[in-house]
Amino acid sequence: MSDATLSFEEAMEKYDPVLGFEVHVELNTKSKMFSSAPNIFGDEPNTNVNEVDLGMPGVLPVVNKTAIESSIKIGLALNCKIAETCRFARKNYFYPDTPKNFQTSQYDEPIAYDGYLDIELSDGTIFRVEIERAHMEEDAGKLTHMGGATGRIQGADYSLVDYNRSGVPLVEIVTKPIEGAGSRAPELAKAYVAAVREIVKNLGVSDAKMERGNVRCDANVSLRPHGRERFGIRSETKNVNSLRAVEHAVRYEIQRHAAVLDSGEPIVQETRHWHEDTRTTTSGRPKSDADDYRYFPEPDLVPIVASREWVEELRATLPEPPAARRKRLQADWGYSDLEFRDVVNAGVMDEIEETIAAGATATVARKWWMGEIVGRAKNADVDPGQLGVAPATIVELNKMVEDGKINNKMATEVLDGVLAGEGTPAEIVAKRGLAVVSDDGPLLEAIDAALAAQPGVADKIRGGKLQAIGAIVGSVMKATRGQADAGRVKELILERLGVEG
Amino acid sequence: MTENNELIRSSAAALAGKLAAREVSAVEVTQAHLDRIAAVDGKVHAFLHVNTDEALAVAAEVDAIRAAGGAAAGELHALAGVPIAVKDLIVTIGQPTTAGSKILEGWHSPYDATVVERLRAAKMPILGKTNLDEFAMGSSTEHSAYGPTHNPWDLDRIPGGSGGGSAAAVAAFEAPLALGTDTGGSIRQPGAVTGTVGVKPTYGGVSRYGAIAMASSLDQIGPVSRTVLDSALLHQVIGGHDPRDSTSLQDPLEDLVAAASIGNVAGMKIGIIKELHGEGYQAGVENRFNESLELLRGAGAEIVEVSCPNFKYALGAYYLIMPSEASSNLAKFDGVRYGLRVLPKDGPMTIERVMGATRAAGFGDEVKRRIILGTYALSAGYYDAYYGSAQKVRTLIQRDFDAAFAKADVLISPTAPTTAFKLGEKLNDPLAMYLNDVATIPANMAGVPGLSLPGGLADEDGLPVGVQLLAPARQDARLYRVGAVLESLLEAQWGGPLLDKAPSLTDPSLTGSALSDAAASSHGGSH
Repeated sequence: MSDATLSFEEAMEKYDPVLGFEVHVELNTKSKMFSSAPNIFGDEPNTNVNEVDLGMPGVLPVVNKTAIESSIKIGLALNCKIAETCRFARKNYFYPDTPKNFQTSQYDEPIAYDGYLDIELSDGTIFRVEIERAHMEEDAGKLTHMGGATGRIQGADYSLVDYNRSGVPLVEIVTKPIEGAGSRAPELAKAYVAAVREIVKNLGVSDAKMERGNVRCDANVSLRPHGRERFGIRSETKNVNSLRAVEHAVRYEIQRHAAVLDSGEPIVQETRHWHEDTRTTTSGRPKSDADDYRYFPEPDLVPIVASREWVEELRATLPEPPAARRKRLQADWGYSDLEFRDVVNAGVMDEIEETIAAGATATVARKWWMGEIVGRAKNADVDPGQLGVAPATIVELNKMVEDGKINNKMATEVLDGVLAGEGTPAEIVAKRGLAVVSDDGPLLEAIDAALAAQPGVADKIRGGKLQAIGAIVGSVMKATRGQADAGRVKELILERLGVEG
Repeated sequence: MTENNELIRSSAAALAGKLAAREVSAVEVTQAHLDRIAAVDGKVHAFLHVNTDEALAVAAEVDAIRAAGGAAAGELHALAGVPIAVKDLIVTIGQPTTAGSKILEGWHSPYDATVVERLRAAKMPILGKTNLDEFAMGSSTEHSAYGPTHNPWDLDRIPGGSGGGSAAAVAAFEAPLALGTDTGGSIRQPGAVTGTVGVKPTYGGVSRYGAIAMASSLDQIGPVSRTVLDSALLHQVIGGHDPRDSTSLQDPLEDLVAAASIGNVAGMKIGIIKELHGEGYQAGVENRFNESLELLRGAGAEIVEVSCPNFKYALGAYYLIMPSEASSNLAKFDGVRYGLRVLPKDGPMTIERVMGATRAAGFGDEVKRRIILGTYALSAGYYDAYYGSAQKVRTLIQRDFDAAFAKADVLISPTAPTTAFKLGEKLNDPLAMYLNDVATIPANMAGVPGLSLPGGLADEDGLPVGVQLLAPARQDARLYRVGAVLESLLEAQWGGPLLDKAPSLTDPSLTGSALSDAAASSHGGSH
């Protein structure tokens, strides 16, 4: 089952990778691409459907105008040209997730074409990815194969089909072959998908949640010996659904291709399935360029005409481009270049922005995301945004610290409790009995005991050696099992000894 | 019996007048037609389903509203209470819709076609669903999975197709009005061979939502009736923009009833299409066509000749575009979600094999023939040569029409090259069957409207001949204007409607075979 691989370094020594990506973006329109049924994720199966989505006899599609607008916005944000007129086509194939047994998709007339995206790598290098096209299509229904060992259709006893997703508007963004990335290929892959996700999120045209399949990536990888112009045979790893997985999948495929080529075997042109658990791919179905979908122009729809005025109107509504946005955010937040790049590379820029919007300062937001959450996400092997920390949680934790209810050490403990699903910060504080001792009575008792136990230290402090106070504070903290506010303890000690702070 | 006879032989316009004047009730009118169906449909087989209860309920509702008077009565549509039959390609809540196919046997639509919604809004009782060639594929109604419809003029002959059921129902006085669909002539050719009127509106003039698609770029729903005015009345009920059909025109509907009432054609230019008569057309068809030309000339129209040289490619191009679209439109009938499901007799039970077994058992030969043709024409490597070339021909046909309409206000031709042929005669010769539509197909290829009206009986067989009028896109009104004038001139000559000459279907001395023998004795044998 598991394929031979070469080490990444050896693969890079021998071969030059060429990449290509097809990123599917689910639009967050109210209704579907061609019907008035609601476009809502995760409801009871087969409830968000009408006769059009079920492919009933006699039905006709009607194009969702908002979906067209969203598609044009995506095209503009990817620096594409927008077609003045374009059409949908029918892609004919028999499969029960497609109720009409054809998918209505753009084929040779995409709404957006010939664009590019400049991708910033971790060291600040800019890499330009050329965009071939961004076209509109409808999503298929969701099949669940029951009874088989693999969850695949082969060997299943029966399959369930949910047409809620059928007809959800998609934009498919296709790159031109990406050459010259070399050993940065896996990093570029992740950065490219992250950039597309950032764009569609900022445009507000997609919920952009990869874990929900709002943004899905098919990654094409081929290798060729250094110096050769002709591309090698490619594999297409389907539905890679997190940024980390994109990086890993590209890396794995490079290593696998290298081993196959080294053995003198040809690469099989096929789709590959990504397995998050083993971080490997397995063979899917053969994919030849000659698959015959009998495309022809969709006769039930009239051509889409995008007047230049309309396109310019939409261009005027575009949010600032990502590079400008980064510049602005860095200035607003007052981060150093290094601090900001670390934030971007850790993939928490959006999260920090949301946390600040929820009421935290830039310093506090960075402290929590970079200091606490990124590390935990790494251990859990997920993207930081997917760990389950809501901006409001951070704001709440920080407020508790600022109010002196808990200290920083307790706050991290509470964060772990939140991640373990124990409840809200307030609930966890109550449940675990975590509270800074703020009543001076018990503190004074502990202070008096500590001063009595260490009279020499007390004298030093009285004599003006204020740095000696640490020993007393330490004793008090120990005595109160860390629940005291260290600042307050310091104040009380000085008061007790009649020393000016 | 005589009163019923009067009701069933009345035009829709006349019935509307009697209903409005409360000379007759909608229940009486509807019941008269249901009685007629019971009496003759055993022989004609125009209906696949009779909708007795609902039709009478709607009629009773109309009567109640009229009886109550007031605003609600005043707001009733002119055709309220006038019954209608619906081709079984058009989906209806509450009645089965089969498309003439086994694959949809027993299927009930969860929604109404837009045209059906409009019939319901006008409170027209729906008598039932009429027979058709399976998925509207055919010119004789013999390809129905539920048996052929018989021509009321001669029960051994075809009623045309695919809308033979709607045309025969109207010709046999089982309904004053019907809905048809026309992809290559399926409204007009049955009209021609049954002595009735049928109109294919401008493409986009009537919503296709709820008409089971054969070829999306060619299909149109249209009226079937016994008079030109009745078609205009029905066209106004069903026509106009529908947001659920993207190809539906935005234009407000013209006043077609007014056009049918203009009553003169003086000064109009009427163009004879050189390529659509003469060789290949039955002598009796040609004679009746020439008589119509003389009548129009006599009424002050200027008859000119136009040439449409690319029409000779229309049939070939049609038989690439239509099956290509049909092969895709019919892919949804796979047994997964609705309709027939057939499991393979042996071997593994995979979804592909269930789909295959279902489609093998559910579709008839003509449907399979067209799916195979279309699948082939769209295949990689053949697309440009077949589908691509056919689309170019389509453009050339549109240009021919543009040039012709620069010279003439309307064009005229025989609707079909022959009168009704015998059941079974062309069943095993698909090409001969396809040639029936040679004169009607160009209108679908260009999206222009066409109307067929009775032109008389052919000398050699005594069977009805159709005259076709064609107008530029969105100029459907011209068809009604010219059609109504020609109809009145012809009826003056005949001394009444052509259908007065049709045999009685209730005379016990006349059986189907007796009718056909009588017709055969004068048959000219010119097919």
